[in-house]
Parts: sequence; C-alpha cells; structure tokens
Amino acid sequence: MAPHDLRRPFKRPAISDQQRRRELSLQRQAQNRLDAQHHARRLASTLLFLQPPQSDPEADPEPDPEIAPEAEPEQVTSPSELDVREASKLKGAQARKWFARQLMLPEWMIDVPDQLAQDWYVFARPSGKRCFVVSTNGTTVSRLRNGSMLHRFPSALPNGARTRDASGSAQSYTILDCIFHEADQTYYVIDMVCWRGYSLHDCAAEFRFFWLNSKLVETGAFDPPSQYHRYRFSLVPVYNCDQSGLSAAYTEPVPYVKDGLLFYNKHAHYQTGNTPLALVWKDENCSQYVIDTDSKGQVPSQQQVVLELQDNGNLTTSDEPHVVFGCLDGDFMQKSGLCCGNLLRFAISNGGLSFLDGKLEKADLHYLGKSNRARAFADSYSKVMFQYMARHSPLKVDDLLASINSSIEQENKPSDDQEMVG
Amino acid sequence: MAMEITQFLLSAQSPDANVRTEAETNLTRFQEQNLPSFLLSLSVELAHNEKPIESRRLAGIVLKNSLDAKDAARKEHLVQQWMAIDISIKSQIKDLLLRTLGSVATEARHTSAQVIAKIASIEIPKKQWPELIGCLLNNMTQQDKPAGLKQATLETLGYVCEEISHEDLVQDEVNAVLTAVVQGMNLAEHSSEVRLAAARALYNALDFAQTNFENEMERNYIMKMVCETAISKEVEIRQAAFECLVSIASTYYEKLEPYMQALFELTSNAVKGDEEAVSLQAIEFWSSICDEEIELQEYESTESGDSEPPHSRFIEKALSSLVPMLLETLLKQEEDQDQDDSIWNLSMAGGTCLGLVSRTVGDAIVPLVMPFVEANILKPEWRCREAATYAFGSILEGPSIDKLSPLVHAGLDFLLKAMKDENNHVRDTTAWTLSRIFELLHSPAGGISVISSENIQQILGVLLESINDTPNVAEKICGAIYYLCQGYFEAGQASSVLTPFLTDIITQLIRTADRTDGGDSKLRSSAYETLNEVVRCSYIVDTSPIIEQLLPVIMNKLGQTLELQIVSSDDREKQGDLQASLCGVIQVIIQKLSSTDETRPIILRASDQIMALFLRVFACRSSTVHEEAMLAIGSLAYACGPKFENYMGEFYRYLEMGLQNFEEYQVCSITVGVVGDISRALDDKVLQFCDGIMKHLLNDLGSNELHRSVKPHIFSCFGDIALAIGEHFERYVLYVVQAMQQAAAVCAQLDANDEELMEYGNQLRRSIFEAYSGILQGFKDSKPEVMLPYASHLLQFIEVVFLDRQRDESVTKAAVAVMGDLADALGPNTKLLFRDRAFYIEFLGECLQSDDESIKETATWTQGMIGRVMVS
Repeated sequence: MAPHDLRRPFKRPAISDQQRRRELSLQRQAQNRLDAQHHARRLASTLLFLQPPQSDPEADPEPDPEIAPEAEPEQVTSPSELDVREASKLKGAQARKWFARQLMLPEWMIDVPDQLAQDWYVFARPSGKRCFVVSTNGTTVSRLRNGSMLHRFPSALPNGARTRDASGSAQSYTILDCIFHEADQTYYVIDMVCWRGYSLHDCAAEFRFFWLNSKLVETGAFDPPSQYHRYRFSLVPVYNCDQSGLSAAYTEPVPYVKDGLLFYNKHAHYQTGNTPLALVWKDENCSQYVIDTDSKGQVPSQQQVVLELQDNGNLTTSDEPHVVFGCLDGDFMQKSGLCCGNLLRFAISNGGLSFLDGKLEKADLHYLGKSNRARAFADSYSKVMFQYMARHSPLKVDDLLASINSSIEQENKPSDDQEMVG
Repeated sequence: MAMEITQFLLSAQSPDANVRTEAETNLTRFQEQNLPSFLLSLSVELAHNEKPIESRRLAGIVLKNSLDAKDAARKEHLVQQWMAIDISIKSQIKDLLLRTLGSVATEARHTSAQVIAKIASIEIPKKQWPELIGCLLNNMTQQDKPAGLKQATLETLGYVCEEISHEDLVQDEVNAVLTAVVQGMNLAEHSSEVRLAAARALYNALDFAQTNFENEMERNYIMKMVCETAISKEVEIRQAAFECLVSIASTYYEKLEPYMQALFELTSNAVKGDEEAVSLQAIEFWSSICDEEIELQEYESTESGDSEPPHSRFIEKALSSLVPMLLETLLKQEEDQDQDDSIWNLSMAGGTCLGLVSRTVGDAIVPLVMPFVEANILKPEWRCREAATYAFGSILEGPSIDKLSPLVHAGLDFLLKAMKDENNHVRDTTAWTLSRIFELLHSPAGGISVISSENIQQILGVLLESINDTPNVAEKICGAIYYLCQGYFEAGQASSVLTPFLTDIITQLIRTADRTDGGDSKLRSSAYETLNEVVRCSYIVDTSPIIEQLLPVIMNKLGQTLELQIVSSDDREKQGDLQASLCGVIQVIIQKLSSTDETRPIILRASDQIMALFLRVFACRSSTVHEEAMLAIGSLAYACGPKFENYMGEFYRYLEMGLQNFEEYQVCSITVGVVGDISRALDDKVLQFCDGIMKHLLNDLGSNELHRSVKPHIFSCFGDIALAIGEHFERYVLYVVQAMQQAAAVCAQLDANDEELMEYGNQLRRSIFEAYSGILQGFKDSKPEVMLPYASHLLQFIEVVFLDRQRDESVTKAAVAVMGDLADALGPNTKLLFRDRAFYIEFLGECLQSDDESIKETATWTQGMIGRVMVS
C-alpha cells in the first residue's frame, strides 16, 4: 500500500510561470490562427489597410468625386488581378487604385427595373463624400473612392479606438460603406462590408441591412462625438421600394441634404465595381446636382462625356464590354499626340445620340481635349445616358411610381424568394 | 520444469561487478529463452522456506516486474506475455504464491501479496481467477490459521482492491471481502499485526463499499469498527484507522451526518493529545471535509439543477470549536520549518486547514480569528507573532472584500514594519501574507486595491530591501512582487504606476537571481519568474527602452551558461535549469516587444543574435532547455515573420528532434505549436520543409507512445500548414483526412462519464474542425475540388457533434465556422449536401440565439455562405 501523503502546499505562492508561459503561448497561437483563418475568410479586401497611410500629391480628390461612377478595372497591369495578399504590398497610387475598386458602385437608372416593389430597397442618398470607413487595431480610417485618406480618428466602432475592448481580436476589421456629410460632420452608413472580421461581401443586401441595423447600435457609434469617438455615425432610413416607401424616400425630410435616391436589389451581394443591382436616380427635387457641372461649377451648354481611346481608335465607355461612342482617325490621333488608353473629353453636339432598336447607333461628338489627369476611368454608359435623358426626356418620379403600380397589378403569383435571413 | 536459480539470484546482488553482470546476463537469457519456466522458477524460489531470504526477495521483485511496469506500452506487453503462458504453469505459479502467504518469512509473505495483486489485476477483470477471492476468504474464516497468514491475506485483499474495480466482482464477493476485512479489525479476536493489516486493507477496500454504505446497518457497523480502531492502543493502528476516516470524509461525505458528533470528539482529542502521525490525519479529516464543501459550493453556484448532492455545512456547524482548535496548533511551530521542504507538522497542517475553513465559510471566520491575531501579534515570544501573522494570512481568501478591506488597510503598515522583525519565521510569514494580500486584494482593473499611488513607493521600498533577507524570506518577497505586478496585467495605462520603479525592481531581481547563498536553485528561479511577470505587466509605452536594455543582459547570461564547466550530471542539470529560466525571460521579452508595431523592430534587430544563442543552447541537449528555447522560438518566429526563413536551415533539425520527442510530450507539443508559428511566419516559403514536418506529424498521430494531449495540437497544425501552402497541401490530403476521420470516430466512442476524456474529446473535435477550416481555405482559390470527396463525411461529423448535448462552446464555434468554410470553398457543389442535411438550419438557429457574440457572428457569416450556395 502506498503511503498516504497528506502534505499540502504550504506558504508557497502558487507560481508556475512555466505553465503560464505555455498557456500564454497557446493563447497567442490560437489568436494568430484565428486571425489567419479570418483573413482567409476574405476579410481581407482590407489587408491594404496594413500599409501606413501615405500622402501623395496625386491623391487629390476630383472636384466632384461623387457624381460620376467611374470605377472600372484598368487593362494595363491591372492590380485588380492581384489577390489580397499581393495587394497588401502595393504602395501609393497603385494602392489607392486597388482600393477604389473595393466599393460597390451603382449604375445610373436609365430604365425602371421590373419588380421594383418586390425586390428593391430605396433610400435617399446623403450628399457628401462616398468613402470606406475601416476600423481595426484601435483606430479608424476613412478613405475616399480614389483611395486617399479622408480622416483618421478614434471611433466607437469595433477596435476603432484604443480603449479596452475585450471582445475579439484587435486585428479584426470592420468596414463600412459611408457617405460623409460635411454640414453635420456625420458619417451616414449606407452599407456594411465587413463586421469584426466577418466579410459580408457574399451576403445579400437584405441581410447586410439587417445586420447593419442590429449591430451598429450596440457599439455606441450613433452616440454624439466624444474623446474616443470623434465623428457621429448615423443610418439612413431604408424603405421597401413600394409606393409608400418610394414616396417616403423621395419626400420625407431627413437630417441631411439629399442627393438623389439609391435603389438596392435585396438579393444582390456586395459586388465591387459597377453593378446594375444598385442604381442611382435623381431629379431636381431631391438633388442639387442632376446635371453635371464643369470644373468651375457651371452647367455647360452641351453635355460633356469622358471616353477612353482604344488602339483601333474607338472611343468607349468604361463598361465591360465597352460601348463604342465613336471613332478617331489615325491622322487626328497623331496630330493631337493621343494614344491608346487616353481619357478624352467630348461635348455632345446638336446631332445628339441616335438609337436603333434600343442600341446606340451614333453620337455627334465634339473633341474638347484630354480629361483631368486625376481621373482614372471613362464615363459609364448608364451615366452618359442618364445625363442625356436628364437634358432631353428625364425619367420622372411619376414614371417610377407608375411602374410600381403596374407591376402590383400583374403580381398575383406567390413569391418564390429564398428566405435566408431569420 | 522449474530450474534451480538461487545462485544466479544471489550472484546478481554480488558486490563484484563482474559476477553481478554475468548473473544478470544468465537470468536475462533464461527469461528470453523460456519465460514460463523462468517465472515458475522464480515463484518456486519465493515459496521455498529453506532458501536464503536475499534470493527470495529478488525472485519476488523480478516476478513483480515481469507483470507490471509504469510505462503503459511496456505494461501492455507484459500482460500479453502473461496471458500467453500455458494455463497449467500459471496455475502452478499462483498456487505457489498463495502458499507463500503462509510463509514464516514476513518479507516473502509481503512480496507474494504484491505479486498476487498484480496477477489479479490481469486475470480478475477477465474472470480467469475466480477461485482467488474464495481462497483468500478461506484463510480468514478458519480459526486455526496462523496470524501471519491472516495478516498476509488481509494485505493481499487490500492490494487486490487497489488494483481492480469493484465492478469486477459480484456483490456477494464484495460483501464477503468487506466482512473479512472489517472483522479483521476486531480487537477481541485478532492480534495487533492482523488488525493493522485489516485497517490498511480497509483503506483500499473503501471504494468497494458503496452498496454497503447505502445500507444503514452495514454503514453503522463499518463506522463503529473504524472509530473503535481509531482509539486502539497501538499508534500505527490508530493512524491507519484515521486514514480510513479521511478517505471516508471525501468518498462518503453525504453519509456522515449521524457520525459527526462522534467524529468531532475523536479528531479533536487526536489533535490535542495524540502522537503527531495521528493528529496530522485528524486535521486532514477536516481539510478533506473542507475540500468537499468548497467543491459543493462551487458546483452550487454554477449549476441550478435540482439533483445537487447535499451540502451538510459541517464546517459551519463545527466552526466555533474547530477554529480555536486549529489556532492552537499554529503555536506549535518547529524551528527551521521554513528552511526545510520535507517537514510537515501540526502547525503547518493546522494553518493549511484554517485557510480551507476560511474558504469554506467566508465572513464568519473573521470574528473568530481576529481576537487571536490581536492578542498575539505583539507578544515577545516569536511563536505568538508568527502564529498571529499566519492566522491573518490564512483568512485572506474566503471572506468578502468588504469584510477584509478595512482589516488589510489597517494592517498593511504593521506588516510592512514587521518585515524588520528580529525573527526569521515571522519575517517569512509576513512576506507570505503580503504576497497573499497582493494576490487577493489587489485588482486595479476591478477597482479594488490596497495599493495606491500614495503607498506604492513605501511598499516597493520595503519589498526591495527585504529581498536581500535570507533565501527563504527573499523567495516569499519574490512572490509578493510577482502578485503586485500581476494586478496590472493587461491593465493598460494603469500599469504605468510601476514605471518609476521598474529599473530598481529589475536590478534587484537580477541581483537576487545571482545570489549564491540559496543552497538550491529555488530562489533563482523564483526571481526570474517574478522578472517575467514584471516584464509582462509593465506599461509598454513608457518601459520599452528599459526592456530593450534588459534583453542583452539576459542574453549575456544565457551565453555564459554555455561556458560553464560540466563535470557531473548534477552540473548538467543545474545548467539546464538556469538556461530554462533565462530562455523563459527572453521569450517573455520577445512576446512583450513584438506586441506593438512601435517596439517590434527591437526584436527584429536582435533576432540574429537571439537565434544564434538558442541554437547553441539546443546543442547542449538538455530536455528542459529544449522546451523553453522552443517556446521562445515560437514567439521569435511570430515576431520575425518572413525573415524567420533565414534561420530555418540550421533550426530545422531541432524542430525535427522536438517533433520526435515522444517521451517528453510537452516538448513535442510545444514544437507542434512552433510549426504553426513558422507556417504563419513563412507562409508559402514553409513548403520546402513540409514533407519532413508532415511525415513527423503523421507519425506522431499514429504513435501509441505519445501522450494523447499532443494530438489535438497536431490537427490544428495541419490547418496552419494548409493555409500557408494552399494547393500544395494536396499531396498530404489523403493521409490527413484519413487521420481526421479516424479521430472523429474516436470522439464518438469516448466515455461520456469521464470528464477528463470529455474535455479531451472537445479539444479533439475543435482541432479537427480547425484543420478542415485551414485546408478548405487553403484550397479555396486554387483547387477546392480536392476536398469535394470528403465534404459529406465532414458534414456528417458536424451533425454528430451538433447532436451531442455536452458540446463545448468552442467546439460549437469551430463547427459552425467550418460549415461556412465548406460552403465558401466548395460553393454550389455543396448545395445538395446541405439540402440533405437540414440539421444545419437548426444548428445555425441555435448559434444565432447564443449569448456568445463571436458564435453569433460566426453563425451569421456561415448563414451567408450557405445562403449563397442555396440560391445558386
């Protein structure tokens, strides 16, 4: 029989630092593993954020970076083909270009989609600077669509300030799609891309908006500014795009200056770049900027467009596939010193645009010169068309309401939507 | 067929090495050539009363070692060997052993009892020795059998009970064994040697008595016999009886109520007047009751189920008599008890018990102890001052902060002054009490602390002076500094109160570690461990220059250990211990400085030198160092990132050594973790080492020798590697998935009643999911189809885990995450799979309701991923 040892630890501080070292190491490894897996779960469109922000003269935002949706991957050594890890090594202008493509950009509404009432949300777009807001590692940074930094500040977003936040890894990211509204210095959140390291890219808008509503309020981001929360965040009222929803978005007062209406398809994922599943529409009642202004803020007498010169002389939009608006002859190109890839500014002359079977047949273009150097992309087809219609036969709010009404009359069959958000 | 081996056995104990070696060789040869005959010969030798006691003794030992070994794999081998032996030979051996129980030679009887128990442990569970119990009982019931036989028989019964489970016997046998043992304690019938053997056998048989303790009559009888035996006139028998009471206190706590009055008197008399061996057991009885009640209280507070075992509040009821009894013992200190670790005396046992009582009853103990403290703390006799201080230190855990705070605030000044007491014991206990105060009443993050910006200078002043006291006191002071700093762990800027003192603290700790008057290395390792906590808890923003300066100091010391003269194995062990401590400090510094972007460059600048040093330490080949250096290298790899590739060439062979260290499984486990760190640091550059690493990891998984706790780490590590090397993991997939499927099957078979096994099962499940996650993500962008054949099995495993109601939260999270990874990586291919396994909807629903924010978020993400697949 083994002797029964009844000795107990006596007057001994229970230090086993070796055990503690092991445990802390295991904790660190588990955290690193989690971070690595989170990254792989595609959060990491944002890895770029790891780069220290750099100032660069090229970074000046365009006079009005908001009006024209123009992001479209470039063809030359396109950084868009890099995966996120490589992208994280980009610097300066390259990095900004890559970053700029991470936003979802609405097309302009040139005709009314079917099922507007069933499948779409509508909300009044705040006037201001469209930007990404990224919070991680104790700080928050907002970046404009061209990638340049707007603010770096502490916020109540997850890991957005250097306060003690017990939940989750400090390295996890939260990324919001916002519009910064100067007048009340508020970030209006219009979409959520990543929450505490979880990418919402692949979630439907319906779910993203639900998540946005339920999550953000818990953080205190809506609180008034304070030492650890420099800017207020706010949500915009989002409506189902039925008759009353559309009317509300169009007419109800909001605390911000409206700049048109945004329409989001409920089932669409957060798709970076131009997408027809998000649409922007404006008229004089809900926007100050229906018709494009020039660099001096004046509405030019003729509509101006920016097109990209292709090697065969074709003048195209930024869409994929390109829409061809016209063609330059080689002689003219040589004389003006133009080459493939140049972005050129044209006025649409009196001949206007002509269509055959709903397709653009020809455009009466008048060459003005090269476009602003800071511009990265040509205009999109939908933008040119919307502007053209705005000058000639605009799509009116009544047209939208009428479309909703007529579709309700047709709509008798039950919806077969997948219900995936509880 | 037995052989005459007496001469070999005697020669094997010869002082002449040549004779000895030759005899050992002969014995080994005999054993290898004919094991059955060898074992039979040994038992003949053991049984033979005319043989010299020396050869019989060795025969018994060799016999026992042929049946049992500490190492599990070796033991299994021995068991198989025994079972393969012809049944007639085994019968002969067993008969000889049973006969030996009646031998006149006490030692032969004793050895035989042990060997019988070893055979019983193999054969009884397999029902291959049904006559054993009957035969032993027969020895007891026949009146005319000699006392020696009865004594040896009881001893055998005790050992057998220790070896087997009561489920291996039918209830009638259990009853008969218990009756025989308890009757063996009967004063009227048996000699003292029989009664002693009976009392000791009962200690081992108590686990068998569950049914009997349920029955009031039988329970009363057993308790009556034990209590009577506890007042026998022979001290050894009293001690054995009290040992039974201690065991009963924890095994049958809920049955004790009717006996407590009698037991209190019995133990109280023993504490006050019996021999120390007995009174120590009497105090242990109360400590065991405390253990039970503390556990019940912890259980009560977390569970609100209705089938809780009863809490009888014995300590609370006995409190007013128990506490004075324990306080009395505190005054019975021995001189020098603080210098000698092997001492265990009445005052130490009493003080320990007082601390447990305090944890059991909380506030109620304070008014019973404080008068004693106040009455004794100023007395001229050192025993009184020491006892008063010890009593105060003992009640710091248990009572509420509100109750203790005023006392501690009022007493702190006094204690700081008492660090100058003329008596070493008083200073030792005072330092210990201070460390308890800082451990228990100093939590700045929780808003509670006896330390303020007003008194911290005074406190640290006293501590840094007293650290130069004798080694035993200095060690306690290290503990006090350790806990003082620990209060500021992860406390952010609050920890900057330490900054002005940091240099002094570090200087003093290093000086303490360098002291040579410690006798052993305990003081030194306490000083280094405290240094670790100091570094960990300091406010990095203002202390990084200080820590940066500390690094070369410690590296220099580590370099010096390589120059030490190593003559004996003792020297090597000392060198190893010192290297372990220093590697530990370096690891903590690396981890601290690599935790912020601003300070990481310090480590990057020093990494070449650090790594060179570690490689030299590895070359010394002492296993504990191996472990600590390995742990540090993991942190270094994390800090260095891709730069670590430069070190892989030289480091790789040590990595392999670590992965193959089955015996010291902690080393293996840490090395596996380092592989994960390296994979993350090197990313796809780790590929060139992966064939070797994967070979070892798969070997480790397949090994029965390797401690099971390493295996979950290996699975997680697969995920790390897969994530790093992406599509190149394809060549390992077949093996890895096979191993994971096997492990998944193991999970399903674990005994749900064994908490430890369940915990292991949870770790295993979590790690399997982590591995799948890493692999799926690794393949996602290049070759997701590789994982398609395994998707169904994975989903099935997730479902099994989902249905397990005892599932751990961390397992839930890993399971729900891997489900999302599956949908994410394999896309529309998984649509039908998910459609067929609708459990996922319920599982997601459960997770979305979870209180755990991170589970909710993971589930939401997964929901999005599956949703995308389902609408595709």
